[in-house]
Amino acid sequence: MESNSLYGPLDPAPEAGYTDAPPRMGFFTDTSVCIGCKACEVACKTWNAVPDDGFDLLGHSYDNTGGLTANSWRHVAFIEQPRSSSGASTDTPGAFAGLPVGPSSVPATNVIAAQTSADTGTSPGILPAVDALSAAATAGSEFLGAAPSGGCGSGGCGSSSGGSSSGGGAQMLGMPMTDLPGRVNEAPRSDFRWLMMSNVCKHCTHAGCLDVCPTGALFRTEFGTVVVQDDICNGCGYCISGCPYGVIDRRDDDGRAWKCTLCYDRIGDGLMPACATACPTESIQFGELDELRERAARRVETLQAQGVAEARLYGNDPSDGVGGDGAFFLLLDEPEVYGLPPDPHVPTRDVVSMWKKAGLAALTMAATAVVAFAGRRK
Amino acid sequence: MAEAHPVGFQWVVEAKNRGAKVIHVDPRFTRTSALAHTYLPVRAGADIAFLGGVINYILSNEKDFREYVVAYTNASMLVSEEFEDTEDLSGLFSGYDPETNTYDQSSWQYAGQQDEGQEEEESHADRETASGLEQESHGPPIPADVPRDPTLQDPRCVYQVLKRHYARYTPEVVERLCGVPQEKFLEVCEAWTANSGREKTTALVYSVGWTQHSVGVQYIRAGAIIQLLLGNMGRPGGGVMALRGHASIQGSTDIPTLFNLLPGYLPMPHFKQHESFDQWIDAIRHPEQSGFWANAKSYAVSLLKSYWGDAATEQNDFGYGWMPRLTGDHGTYQQVLDMIDGKIKGYFLLGQNPAVGSAHGKAQRLGMANLDWLVVRDLFMIESATFWKNGPEIGTGEIVPEECKTEVFFMPAASHAEKSGTFTQTQRMLQWREQAVEPPGDARSELWFFYHLGRIIRERLADSTLPRDEGIRRLAWDYELHGELQEPRGEDVLKEINGYDLTTGKLLSNFTEMKPDGSTSGGCWIYTGVYKDGVNQAARRKPGREQNYVAREWGWAWPSDRRTLYNRASADPDGKPWSERKKYVWWDEEKGEWVGDDVPDFEKTKPPSYRPPEGASGVEAISGDDAFIMQGDGKGWLYAPSGLIDGPMPTHYEPAESNVRNPLYAQQANPTRKVYQRSDNLTNPSPPEQHSEVYPFVFSTSRLTEHHTAGGMSRQLAYLSELQPEMFVEVSPELAAERELEHMGWAHIVTARAAIEARVMVTDRLAPLRIDGRIVHQLWMPYHWGSEGLVTGDSANDLIGITLDPNVLIQESKVGTCDIQPGRRPSGPELLAYVQSYRDRAGLTPGHHTPIETPRGADGEQ
Repeated sequence: MESNSLYGPLDPAPEAGYTDAPPRMGFFTDTSVCIGCKACEVACKTWNAVPDDGFDLLGHSYDNTGGLTANSWRHVAFIEQPRSSSGASTDTPGAFAGLPVGPSSVPATNVIAAQTSADTGTSPGILPAVDALSAAATAGSEFLGAAPSGGCGSGGCGSSSGGSSSGGGAQMLGMPMTDLPGRVNEAPRSDFRWLMMSNVCKHCTHAGCLDVCPTGALFRTEFGTVVVQDDICNGCGYCISGCPYGVIDRRDDDGRAWKCTLCYDRIGDGLMPACATACPTESIQFGELDELRERAARRVETLQAQGVAEARLYGNDPSDGVGGDGAFFLLLDEPEVYGLPPDPHVPTRDVVSMWKKAGLAALTMAATAVVAFAGRRK
Repeated sequence: MAEAHPVGFQWVVEAKNRGAKVIHVDPRFTRTSALAHTYLPVRAGADIAFLGGVINYILSNEKDFREYVVAYTNASMLVSEEFEDTEDLSGLFSGYDPETNTYDQSSWQYAGQQDEGQEEEESHADRETASGLEQESHGPPIPADVPRDPTLQDPRCVYQVLKRHYARYTPEVVERLCGVPQEKFLEVCEAWTANSGREKTTALVYSVGWTQHSVGVQYIRAGAIIQLLLGNMGRPGGGVMALRGHASIQGSTDIPTLFNLLPGYLPMPHFKQHESFDQWIDAIRHPEQSGFWANAKSYAVSLLKSYWGDAATEQNDFGYGWMPRLTGDHGTYQQVLDMIDGKIKGYFLLGQNPAVGSAHGKAQRLGMANLDWLVVRDLFMIESATFWKNGPEIGTGEIVPEECKTEVFFMPAASHAEKSGTFTQTQRMLQWREQAVEPPGDARSELWFFYHLGRIIRERLADSTLPRDEGIRRLAWDYELHGELQEPRGEDVLKEINGYDLTTGKLLSNFTEMKPDGSTSGGCWIYTGVYKDGVNQAARRKPGREQNYVAREWGWAWPSDRRTLYNRASADPDGKPWSERKKYVWWDEEKGEWVGDDVPDFEKTKPPSYRPPEGASGVEAISGDDAFIMQGDGKGWLYAPSGLIDGPMPTHYEPAESNVRNPLYAQQANPTRKVYQRSDNLTNPSPPEQHSEVYPFVFSTSRLTEHHTAGGMSRQLAYLSELQPEMFVEVSPELAAERELEHMGWAHIVTARAAIEARVMVTDRLAPLRIDGRIVHQLWMPYHWGSEGLVTGDSANDLIGITLDPNVLIQESKVGTCDIQPGRRPSGPELLAYVQSYRDRAGLTPGHHTPIETPRGADGEQ
């Protein structure tokens, strides 16, 4: 791919006309050491006076801001990942290897469940043997052998192990299964991963948002980063469709577009961006992009040497669809797992070929017209 | 650790990046587990079984650091013939008194010392005042000349006693009790032992949830035994590290907000045990034994001099008569119950939110609703200030706002950025903090509040002739005031804490300069030196990269700026480093003194070869190889012949609420646990009692990274509230299936105390465990929510009852049993009826109580 101002590798600040531009600055976010503390989200909002994103329990693991929006310029994704086998980061047995599955093997448990607020007719308590029988009556024959002989007054109740009565409780009560997708009760638990990743604007080499901004509100800084000027933005929203990552967003109340500035007002004064300053584990590293890329390559090597074969970089390649990101990542799985596009490209990448094709089409049409007129003369 | 201590966790990440192996043991898969190499799910409340298994692994495979163990621990000392173990007495040690549920500790002593043992009456008083552990070897004196067997073969030596005690804690038993597969358990044992010894050390880090059990002190003891056996104490990279729960909680035990302690771990006088000044001093210094507590009179007199100044004289025992006295249990939970009973009329709350943050929330709120007055100092209007109009008891009709007689005074407090002072954090380090801005509006610092409160009270009492007021009238209460707010200076208080030579007016540089004759003062002897040379040593901020790794020029650590305690143990008995790699403090023969990277925790010029003369006591009696200089016998205690109320060695007892019958002993739970048997503090039944199946699941509670404890500092802030906006309960998919719980649907959780509701988080991070042949489900809740703030919800602490560890009176709040059901809980008076219906089914009639000593034969009916 040849280099030009629309796609491919280049240094964006000089390209934008800066003479004596400082080195390009960026983020390297190493998700292998992210602990999901969200200090980056809070520090970002505090420094940049970004409003809160609403108080909604989303149920996406511990993520309750949901994604990068006009009101969340850093966002920590949480991915709970049951895995069928080990071999992830260690050669030891998986986190949950060898553990039982299935509901409690105490039938009385289920009886209580079935009779929550109803009068049991016995006070105090329910005689365990009777419970077990009634439970068994509801459940079919499954408990008949085990429970009464167990005499479940207490701890040593029942004899069935998790395996033998697996699923029994749920079946007995006629309940629908509420398993998470991809797992059934009978599947043995083995390994498990909890991936965390602090996402942010990529500050692309070829920034789709910047290219389509009609007002000049979006501009390229001397550090090679991309910043919106809120006093110029008119809220047209072209940038939103221009971003291949779905990062930039408009605020509902004022309609203007907002996103990470890579703390333009801090780095100019020699300070680190707020998120990187707050990060306790150096998952977010700020620095000169060239140096970060070298550091990241070494980190991948180290991790792979430690057996983390799946460690990989995302957004570091200057020859990718956006000319490489100013903010790139070390991931432990496919980008899609984190909600990242696997092969992002800037819309302008296709401009040249589109114009060529459009030109060709125009020529063809013109030629056709000429031929048509010429034909009529005949 | 990543959940509750993310900033400290950076060092774990750094160690991992350098190749360290990280192992995480927790009932649920947390943000810490996510970064660990190995995660072990474990049943809440079974930790001693786990740690006992590690001890057994070490002893039965002889993996202990033998030279260290023989030299620095009491492994070789012989225990009295009369001592009988839990292994012989079905879970009780010898000396148990079923009347008081305490021990006569005579038979626990070293051989030849039986007559010195603590009797059960004293044990009972110690439990009431949480003083069992004070001054290291509390209780009767422990002499140094105990019969020993350095070969560790004598069946009565501590090493062999310990070995027998843990012989049954095999990997099979660990699996059966904890639910941890054996191979994973062995992986931990191998990693821990392989990484300890001459060349390597292992750190044991725990968060304070470990202490919140009816056997909490014994959890820590079990960890300490392992670290002693492996030679990991007093050496760099070793130790047992408690991650304290807040910025200066270590400081609040050093200069305590606890009822039973005075600054520097001096005991609060007891009206009977310490009637006279001399009784009090002797109880601390133990005239016949060795160690630095022998100078207790200097520390105590200096403290009284700083309280009363010139009014404290030799003639009036330095004002000892003005000191308040303990009469029994005045712990926070006893106080709350006394409030309910109308015995306590007024209460100060400073930066604490018991309506949400303390166990048994309902008791907390009902207690506060029965006061005459309540002062709440906080940053925000917290639940403990508004319980009388917004608490859950309004709905149930238990508190009627119009009738609640408590007059609540809310005083806005200055935050840490609005005042200067020190934080004392986890590793005993004081760090000075500058004021950034003036506090807004009426907000004021604690220092301002207490100084002016004291000033006004003293003005009111100025003409009083009552003897009880004399102690207040004579207090040295002069501080220079500064600024518009008339604020005393934190530096002046820190200097007072440091102490002065009253003859010269100079600041002391070390507690060894303190005198018993009233010529020195000092507000907290262990802090003496923090203002050495007139310089605020806590304000030192030389970056770590500009000094060696011990970083002694950052902040100031008590005592004497020592960064690692008992560091004499980092050298061998002859004073040479155990290894080049782990050298830290050693004896320099040429100079004739101890040298190294840290301040030696030993008399600087006492050679390793020093042996005390016959009949020596106190500091003189510390031998040149007695590394544990605060202990009565100079040794690290694998076996505690005195001081612990519940036994000389940690033993697995089930939690006070458990659905598992103790597989190891007839005794089900801690036989000395502190209980408050009242109809408003019911305990869920546990085996062998009937009906434990009414509350069939195990629950635990803890913090989320996003919130701070009871939420007073986080639920008021939008940026934190949005990150965790709602109370939720985490359940495994298996439990969700069993109870028909839907992800993000509602569920409610029930115990004998309360029913609360929460949104359901179905997650693979929790898994059922196989315990003793059956499946045990655990569920987990954060405890941050209450009725005030931007985000509100039910409080998990409402579920928890009051059962305490006998040694320190901390509540068992990290494990209990419960039921969980889909849907929201009933509201209004129906809620009370609903909770009652569970009690009825569980047989919790008024007057019912679980026997503390499990009746023998109780399992017979099974």
